[in-house]
Amino acid sequence: MIETIDLYKDFGSLRVLNGISEHIEKGEVISIIGPSGSGKSTFLRCLNLLEIPTSGSVVFEGVNLMEKGVDINLHRQKMGMVFQHFNVFPHLTVKQNITLAPVLLKKRSQQEADEYADELLARVGLSDKAEEHPRRLSGGQKQRLAIVRALAMDPEVMLFDEPTSALDPEMVGEVLAVIKTLVQGGMTCVIVTHEMGFAREVSSRVLFMDEGKVQEQGSPDELFSNPQNPRTKAFLGKVLR
Amino acid sequence: MFVNFGSNIVRALTKYWGLFLEGVGITLLLSFITVFFGTIFGSIFALMRRSRIKAVSVFAIGYVEVIRGTPLLLQLYLFYFMLPELLPFMNLSKFACVCIALVINSSAYVCEIVRAGIQAVDPGQAEAARTLGLNGRQTMLRIVMPQAIKNILPALGNEFVTVIKETSLASTFFVGDLMTAYATVRGSMYLVIEPLVIVGIIYFVLTFSLSKLISKFERRLKASD
Ligand SMILES: Nc1ncnc2c1ncn2[C@@H]1O[C@H](COP(=O)(O)OP(=O)(O)O)[C@@H](O)[C@H]1O
Ligand SMILES: [Mg+2]
Repeated sequence: MIETIDLYKDFGSLRVLNGISEHIEKGEVISIIGPSGSGKSTFLRCLNLLEIPTSGSVVFEGVNLMEKGVDINLHRQKMGMVFQHFNVFPHLTVKQNITLAPVLLKKRSQQEADEYADELLARVGLSDKAEEHPRRLSGGQKQRLAIVRALAMDPEVMLFDEPTSALDPEMVGEVLAVIKTLVQGGMTCVIVTHEMGFAREVSSRVLFMDEGKVQEQGSPDELFSNPQNPRTKAFLGKVLR
Repeated sequence: MFVNFGSNIVRALTKYWGLFLEGVGITLLLSFITVFFGTIFGSIFALMRRSRIKAVSVFAIGYVEVIRGTPLLLQLYLFYFMLPELLPFMNLSKFACVCIALVINSSAYVCEIVRAGIQAVDPGQAEAARTLGLNGRQTMLRIVMPQAIKNILPALGNEFVTVIKETSLASTFFVGDLMTAYATVRGSMYLVIEPLVIVGIIYFVLTFSLSKLISKFERRLKASD
């Protein structure tokens, strides 16, 4: 579904991605772990060209997104993204947050979008907040809103960049639960996370990144129980204690 | 001395209250025209600054820097004498020339206000909109601008207050504003301090009450977020 070929990204003289070639298949759930600053977010953001790779290519459903004449906006509609800091729209109600893009991009009529929003809000337990402004929501509720806002575009894949890192501990569970139902529904997911237990539980494959490279990857059991690369061992040693 | 001062003020007010009132009107009118058109052109310059076409953004940046880097009084003189020569067929009145000069000046400051207002919006907002598939224009119109407005409006109010004070420079050309009223009274009553104090108090009442209104409005905007 998504393929990166020899992806490099520099910020000025700082090399952040150091040649990443990865294939993400439909239905896979990929967790990306690694120390902070290793390039996980940058890699994720390159997948929908929020960051433009310095070289290499990103192929999504057979289309090289880097090619001239490609309408990136069209492809982004199929890649939902959830950010660490939620980025819900404060000037819109909860429901408008969800319906804005589908209606504006002519995916649904306002009425269809409203109905779908109701359904999505019910699914994540936010029905009673539909007409509120996001400022009234807790962090966990904002993140659940951000997730359904992305889902309203019927994406083919969901990209999560540390979706629970900005949350108070008691709200982490509710957000992870929503992601888990997505996974169970067969959604292709790429999740940058520090929640090792969660990664182990839901992933079909785990990538360990360090210094702009995928240093090691494998099934959660392989990677967490029997890491081969010394960097992976050191990292897991620190985070798993 | 103080007895004289008091009675002089009363005399000036009773004799020339109409002139002062007209001065207030013209000062407010000048300020309003300046900020109104300054807002329109300033916003256009702010968009030009963001343009991907290098020549356009460089022009806008140059404009803002030059205007902000030279005295308003100089600009007033320059345009006052230059505009009629440049556009003789338009038969510009001196009031129009002063207005144009003030608008040209204010546009540069508004440009910065708009730019700062846009920049103060969390970049994550635009990113979220772009990941949903909105294009740059849709993102600007539907997501960034509605939030930037909340930063821009109070700043525009403050620009209005600033302009009220700055229009006093336009009195150099006797356009009938508050400072012109002072000059007229000074000339006919041979008084300096008294009309200055009167005009000063009027300016202060205008700007102070406006500032109060703006901060009230600003608090309301903040509360709605
Ligand atoms: N827009 C940017 N400009 C400059 N440097 C950046 C930018 N974004 C990220 N970086 C740098 O790139 C490196 C990798 O960042 P990131 O991908 O966010 O790492 P991670 O998500 O693994 O913590 C860091 O050193 C970070 O400071
Ligand atoms: Mg990160």
